[in-house]
Amino acid sequence: MCEMSEEYRESAPKGSPPPRVLVSLLPMPQNPGQKCVKCKEGLPVVVIRAGDAFCRDCFKALYVHKFRAMLGKNRLIFPGEKVLLAWSGGPSSSSMVWQVLEGLSRDSAKRLRFVPGVIYVDEGATCGQSPEDRAKTLAEVKLVLQTTGFPWHIVALEEVFSLPPSVLRCSAQEPLGTESAYKAAVDSFLQQQHALGADGVERQSQHCAQDPHSPAGPPTTAQTQAMSRLFDSVKTLTAKEELLQTLRTHLILHVARNHGYSKVMTGDSCTRLAIKLMTSLALGRGAFLAWDTGFSDERHGDVVVVRPMREHTLKEVAFYNRLFAVPSVCTPALDTKAPEKASIHRLMETFILRLQAQFPSTVSTVYRTSEKLVKAPRDGCVAGPRCLLCMCTLDVDTADSATAFGAQTSHLPQMQPPVTQAGVAAGPCCCAGMGGGPGCYRGEDPRAQVMEQLCYGCRVNMKDLPEVLPGSFWVSVPTMRFPRATAEQEVQEYLLGDSEDEARTSES
Amino acid sequence: MPAPQCASCHTARAALRRPRSGQALCGACFCAAFEAEVLHTVLAGRLLPPGAVVAVGASGGKDSTVLAHVLRELAPRLGISLHLVAVDEGIGGYRDAALAAVRRQAARWDLPLTVVAYADLFGGWTMDAVARSTAGSGRSRACCTFCGVLRRRALEEGARLVGATHVVTGHNADDMAETVLMNFLRGDAGRLARGGGLGSPGEGGALPRCRPLQLASQKEVVLYAHFRRLDYFSEECVYAPEAFRGHARDLLKMLEAARPSAVLDLVHSAERLALAPRRPARALCQACALLDGLNRGRPRLAIGKGRRGLDEEGPPREPQPSRPPTSEPVPDF
Repeated sequence: MCEMSEEYRESAPKGSPPPRVLVSLLPMPQNPGQKCVKCKEGLPVVVIRAGDAFCRDCFKALYVHKFRAMLGKNRLIFPGEKVLLAWSGGPSSSSMVWQVLEGLSRDSAKRLRFVPGVIYVDEGATCGQSPEDRAKTLAEVKLVLQTTGFPWHIVALEEVFSLPPSVLRCSAQEPLGTESAYKAAVDSFLQQQHALGADGVERQSQHCAQDPHSPAGPPTTAQTQAMSRLFDSVKTLTAKEELLQTLRTHLILHVARNHGYSKVMTGDSCTRLAIKLMTSLALGRGAFLAWDTGFSDERHGDVVVVRPMREHTLKEVAFYNRLFAVPSVCTPALDTKAPEKASIHRLMETFILRLQAQFPSTVSTVYRTSEKLVKAPRDGCVAGPRCLLCMCTLDVDTADSATAFGAQTSHLPQMQPPVTQAGVAAGPCCCAGMGGGPGCYRGEDPRAQVMEQLCYGCRVNMKDLPEVLPGSFWVSVPTMRFPRATAEQEVQEYLLGDSEDEARTSES
Repeated sequence: MPAPQCASCHTARAALRRPRSGQALCGACFCAAFEAEVLHTVLAGRLLPPGAVVAVGASGGKDSTVLAHVLRELAPRLGISLHLVAVDEGIGGYRDAALAAVRRQAARWDLPLTVVAYADLFGGWTMDAVARSTAGSGRSRACCTFCGVLRRRALEEGARLVGATHVVTGHNADDMAETVLMNFLRGDAGRLARGGGLGSPGEGGALPRCRPLQLASQKEVVLYAHFRRLDYFSEECVYAPEAFRGHARDLLKMLEAARPSAVLDLVHSAERLALAPRRPARALCQACALLDGLNRGRPRLAIGKGRRGLDEEGPPREPQPSRPPTSEPVPDF
């Protein structure tokens, strides 16, 4: 492969066919006497990557080790902390919940020390599931959640309509714990454990199956219809998926805040993150790749999103779930049965998986490159205003941005120097190509106001939405976010010059 | 249904719709708009100061032909002088025809032309020889990597020969988008960290390079060449079908079909990538390192990550991160 690191293929014999995704768990037929590559004793049952055959126990050890090492290496999860596990029912997040369950059990070596809860978001309204199907899925979900024994929360996506505007306000970021702070926290926790004695430890680690969180009960028909209408009105599948992700994230964070969880764990696997990275690139989110695909995502301030499964490939997850019977619930998603070219997400997924079949190191290469991304603002810019939807620092500026120029020229009349753009074309054009500075618009058009406060990627998505999103909290946001700016804008139109100022102010 | 009127001059019938904005324009107005945009790119980025002697990398293809033509039109306004520099990589059956096209252009536009050949510059290594040397069991050609690096070196040499102060190439927006996709898929963090801007100021003594067509979409470049009736060479290099860039190109085409602004979005992303700082410069530049490998009979020497073998006392190869983790103790948390 024309790849930066050529070392990968040297070990494989020449002329061997590219390894396909293995569905059989039997040992490779070429080598009937092959042993596990790790312990050299057991009979291999799975092959991870080309030529690495593992026996059942070694595979389990490897899998668990990866999970623990990911959490331990980063030292972000303090002992006794409340962590919300975002469970979608799919294989990766199910595996993650299972790992946490096993890690917390008394008989595991070096057990995990945080306090988990599980959340499941019911997204049936977005793909037009009938209420009966949704009820059936929920029953299956409840069954699985009860077996985990963690406190669980089932929320319907429709609840996002009743979120208060405070959701969008970015809370002050808590300073990340330093190394010494972490060690101190661990030590004090251990001391507490000793002080409480054996009984205390029992009580603390007992999983209580609490009642579910259901302040509002099942969603009303009106809400479901509003949700379906919203999603139907979005023109492209790409924008739908992005919207769903945004809404889901806000909802999960809201629940986390309400119940005192300071961390959220999502089950994104290595394969999914590689696809997500390429998709974000294509969506114009190059500035935020480190937050979108890194281990920790602290842009929401008080709640940090953590991705402990990011080194596990989908293949490993699938094998583990099969071998160790991890329960999962399969539900239709927004892009189920969508054609290959329907959305950027779908396209990228098909492309990467196909390329992976031809060049088996594709996913790991993209993953390794993603590890080199840093969370730095460009050229030392001061932290500026944040995007309304994705909470990242805005990445649109006028100065030397090539794309600001490119977007300008597509909407301005020709034969004119495309420099100024205040008060240019009205109507549909004013929503796009907004590299201009704030203050161009007088606040008459709420949609334009919202656009001004979005990052580049979210602006492009917004173009596919026909109207400002329904629900009071979206419309009230512009006034909430920048009250000072609008007041200054209003004043500007009255100022004529220095000499007339005094006359004006004395009159009013 | 008759074509609408040109949205700019309102007199002639519109002959095309601009791909990005959908605006209907007549041929003359479109060409004028295209030239105005390139002028704006050059002025806003301060790419070519007045008095610059500009070496235009001319391959005979559509991008460099359009670039040379536009710069020739704009030269009086910018106050620059142009030289065409063509590179002969020694690819039989392809480069000869392309060079013939460049010669015709130089004659027609009355621009001085210099041709530099790999065989002269790089000790007899033509691309055909490199292709033979690097042909292995790999699933895609590695010779394209060589060609890219060596061509830039050759362009630099040609530019120095004619006494140029700046080098320009005809890369368009689609090229930039493909490059960023390709670099991520290949894991080329070094190039990702470097690229994205409007050009490089010329590090380590190299001449400043820029790409005035960087914001123009490929479709518009082709349309411009059509309306100005430019004569260019449109066949693909014989090695191109096996190049890895082909995958990125296919992906880009599909992305554009799903979302028309994909090219612009990718360029935006590329501009704002934040990668960890690069490791310090090596003893040899990339071109010399590649040639060194070729001459030693180990063509893959400088393509990999490490410097293994480049200097014999170099540090031992780092362990691969994708191997299963060694038995390090799991930290207590």
